[in-house]
Amino acid sequence: MNMHPQSDPQVLTTRDGTPLKVSLAKALRREKLRSLALIAPLLIFILVTFAAPIADMLLRSVENGIVENTLPKTVNALSGWDVTSSQLPGEPVYKALYEDLKVATAEKTHTRLGSRLNYEASGMSSLFRKTGRRIKRMDEAGPFAEQFIDIDKDWGDLATWRLLKRYSPKYTPGYFLNAADAQLTADGIAMKPENERIYLLLFARTLFLSLTITLCCLLLGYPIAFLLASLPLRSANLLMILVLLPFWTSLLVRTSAWKVLLQQEGVINDFLVWIGVIGDASRLVMINNKTGTIIAMTHILLPFMILPLFSVMKTISPSYVRAAKSLGATDWTAFWRVYFPQTVPGIGAGAILVFILAIGYYITPELVGGTDGIFISNRIAYHISSSLNWGLAAALGVILLGAVLLLFYVYDKIVGIDNVKLG
Amino acid sequence: MKLKTILMAGAASAMMTSAALATDLTIVSWGGAYSNSQNEAYHKPYMAQNPDVTIINDESSAEAVAKLRAMNEAGNITWDLVDVLASDAIRLCDEGLAEEIDFDEELAPAPDGTPASEDFGDLIVADCFIPQIVYSTTFGYRTDIEAWKGKEPDDICDVFDLETFPGKRALEKRPINNMEWALLCDGVAKDDVYDVLETDEGVARALAKLDTIKDQTVWWSAGAETPQLLADGEVAIGSTYNGRLFSLIEEQKQPVKILWDAQVFDLDGWIVPAGLSDERKAAVMKYLRFATDTQRLADQAKYISYGPARKSSAPLVGKHATLGIDMAPHMPTDPANAKNTFLYNYEWWADYRDDLDAKFQAWLSK
Repeated sequence: MNMHPQSDPQVLTTRDGTPLKVSLAKALRREKLRSLALIAPLLIFILVTFAAPIADMLLRSVENGIVENTLPKTVNALSGWDVTSSQLPGEPVYKALYEDLKVATAEKTHTRLGSRLNYEASGMSSLFRKTGRRIKRMDEAGPFAEQFIDIDKDWGDLATWRLLKRYSPKYTPGYFLNAADAQLTADGIAMKPENERIYLLLFARTLFLSLTITLCCLLLGYPIAFLLASLPLRSANLLMILVLLPFWTSLLVRTSAWKVLLQQEGVINDFLVWIGVIGDASRLVMINNKTGTIIAMTHILLPFMILPLFSVMKTISPSYVRAAKSLGATDWTAFWRVYFPQTVPGIGAGAILVFILAIGYYITPELVGGTDGIFISNRIAYHISSSLNWGLAAALGVILLGAVLLLFYVYDKIVGIDNVKLG
Repeated sequence: MKLKTILMAGAASAMMTSAALATDLTIVSWGGAYSNSQNEAYHKPYMAQNPDVTIINDESSAEAVAKLRAMNEAGNITWDLVDVLASDAIRLCDEGLAEEIDFDEELAPAPDGTPASEDFGDLIVADCFIPQIVYSTTFGYRTDIEAWKGKEPDDICDVFDLETFPGKRALEKRPINNMEWALLCDGVAKDDVYDVLETDEGVARALAKLDTIKDQTVWWSAGAETPQLLADGEVAIGSTYNGRLFSLIEEQKQPVKILWDAQVFDLDGWIVPAGLSDERKAAVMKYLRFATDTQRLADQAKYISYGPARKSSAPLVGKHATLGIDMAPHMPTDPANAKNTFLYNYEWWADYRDDLDAKFQAWLSK
């Protein structure tokens, strides 16, 4: 059988003899390229300002070139040394360390390495600073091991060398382990001591509080959105302004306002004491804890729930409910069986918007969260701006991003992302 | 082609004239009353003397370390001079982000000719750091609490004494200072505090002491919180910076007093970012020489109750610029206030900060 298209009478061809299929594909490809060219500016913009920083952050969470870059000879000399050995490395390693540190001190990179290693073991920062100060006075002829141990006895400590050896590879799982309350030890990966574990707890709390806040927003926002959608246009507009007004007020002002309201000597407590619901001695603690975070964040995120709900409800024709009622449904059945299912896309959109905003929130928990109402983002901010441990901050960020993507996937499976509607 | 040449020539000449006419100095500080004091004592007189200099204020000191690191990575340093805490200066110096300073070469000597390095003395805690003020972290307490039956706290350990002095406390949400105070009140001698804190048992001991007041404590992260909490009566005793308490007491006339016992001295000062062009660096150093001389440091104390870092400035401290009260008795370094002080150990905290912070935060969230 002859498969050649041109000679096959069954295949339609264009005038110049190419099969129609091929020609169509070519035209479609040209069309696609043209549309690609049209969106290219946006695509490049997103790649440069969104995808690239995220990729850079991903890389930072495992990147660890600093040890090898600062102490190249030492890392090389250490390759022959067994990390489980109970003997200190030999004189050549100390000699290499001397040569490396001499260069590093001149370039002032030794202290940078010190602060990097200090994240893994306290004392490294001052060890490198101290050694850097004394390196010029060392005898170039050696013996080096003795002189280093003379500067600081930590150079004669196996733990120091094991740490250097463990962190000499270019990439390290160290930051991710830290972010999961674990650490690298001589016998592999182990959990940190109980009194240093914090991140897993914070991740769990962030998820729990964000879900609670989303739920609170839904419970409060649904009736408001319903009211907005069913009122006549004039009063609905007025009400809408009331919903949007706090939206236009500074976040900090709103958060501080909650402080004034909720604190123990605050307006709400004063009122409750005045009407005699609670005694003066047993004023409620409503701020600087979880409650404060939930209340303040629910208030701040409420418009993000109301707006998508409202725009979906606005499109639901009142005749459906009327029809249900005329067919004998009670008010509740008409609402639950007919009206509510039609608002699910709005709930989906609102919930996902509020949840994703909540999970990364930082400033409100910091101000009203006290100790048990803070989020993982507060620790990320601390590591970015205070401790300068950007690797750990990146690892925590990556885990948070992973968690959000995972939840998004689960959400898609359960609710279906096609069911989400913003209006 | 022609257009391009014209444009380029225009741009070049514009750049040249602006460089010749004016120098912009971007100076980063903390904002609020503190920036105001620098503005009055340093910036205004300097700009009056040098009309070609314009000083641009940036209030980013709280994020200075992270921002400087980011600028350094991006290779574009937009700041000329940054006001930071001594502990941050040490970090910046360690990271190679701040310029080393030759004190005697680049700063003015005292009026009697004492070289700058001697005039600043022990306060030079890092090669990159020019101290400006001594401030202290200490406690303020309300004077109108009936349950105290007329007694007033005069010992640091009264903070931990909930029986004699019931009421809420405000403490900073980080281990620094709190751990030291806890150990001091747990019977550790002043000189041994850091040795004890270096061990796991020492940390446990300090946290156990803090446990005794944990459920009565509000944890703050911004210096303005404690004065607010004290003014609202939310807390009875709270730690903060002494300058904040000064304005709470003297400017806002709140019924609050300062507990000076075991106040922790700390330093704040300037660093010059590494990687400035020679021209910019020269302009900054000229300003620095002026702003850190004996008279200027003494002038700053007219506006805020922080002690000048030069020994030679102390006798020149006068009255408050608007309140007209003598500033000397409000200085943390005044002999009557400084009977029992605690010196913050920078080197030690640089080493143990990360470790202790993890433990402290884990303890807090329990």
